Amino acid sequence: MEADNIMLSFKGLVTSDLLTSVLNIMESKMEHLDESPKVRKKVYNVLVECLQNLYHHSERENKEVDELESDAALFTISKLGEQYVIKTGNYIALDQVPILKGKLDTINSMDKDGLKTYYQEVLSNGERSDKGTAGLGMIDIARKSGNKLEYSFLEVDNNSSFFCLTIKIA
Amino acid sequence: MENLTLEGSAKTPTVDFNAAKGTLELKGRSIPENSIEFFKPLNDWVESYGKSPQAQTEVNIKLEYFNTSSSKCILDFFKKLEVINGKSTNVNINWYFEEDDEDMEEAGEDYGAILNLTFKMIEVEEI
Repeated sequence: MEADNIMLSFKGLVTSDLLTSVLNIMESKMEHLDESPKVRKKVYNVLVECLQNLYHHSERENKEVDELESDAALFTISKLGEQYVIKTGNYIALDQVPILKGKLDTINSMDKDGLKTYYQEVLSNGERSDKGTAGLGMIDIARKSGNKLEYSFLEVDNNSSFFCLTIKIA
Repeated sequence: MENLTLEGSAKTPTVDFNAAKGTLELKGRSIPENSIEFFKPLNDWVESYGKSPQAQTEVNIKLEYFNTSSSKCILDFFKKLEVINGKSTNVNINWYFEEDDEDMEEAGEDYGAILNLTFKMIEVEEI
């Protein structure tokens, strides 16, 4: 059962302090599991990007429904055999779906070298948002995980969609 | 000129910029949610340093982790060094990475490919 392999799961508002705690917990868990430095670093790096995506992009247009519920993002970190699996879910504005989908499909169409070139291109030419995000997160996740980004969008209402992302780290 | 020293935290690196020695070191992890705020004083310092630098400037990057928000700021930091390199000072970037950490090695290569600066890749057992 997949449920038995969950190392950590969370649902709620993703804050800076929460990220610090989660990263600490995962670092000590992986140390306890005696993971090689290589695996620890990969998982840690991918986790930082995934969770910071949630931190920066969890928003829902229709806030009056239920303030707490509407801000909620969720994530689980599990270990299946030798593979770490990070799953995240968060609300995004419906009009952002095609843009994000396009970006994910572009990334998934690339091989290792393609991703390296694309990363360098966005790093040197890309604009930065006022949140300090550089548009590099998903490219970095794909590069470091070494796997395709698995995703789905669930339509919630006229304004929002729920974005689910699964990252497998080989 | 004043030196810039900052103690590292759970999300920010130790900073040790010494104007008299011409050595700039970043060590640890750089994973703040928004890196712009953290890097601003660092990049401002490099700009001031560039007005009367040492003949030789050694930049030691000993990072264990950095996030993509930092990667753009680190590029801006290197760009400020690129501007002064070859004019009033000779800039060397020493990029440290731990054995088997191919991701950190590649990250150094990424910067080397974008910038017109000398990157020396240094493999160590532990940073």
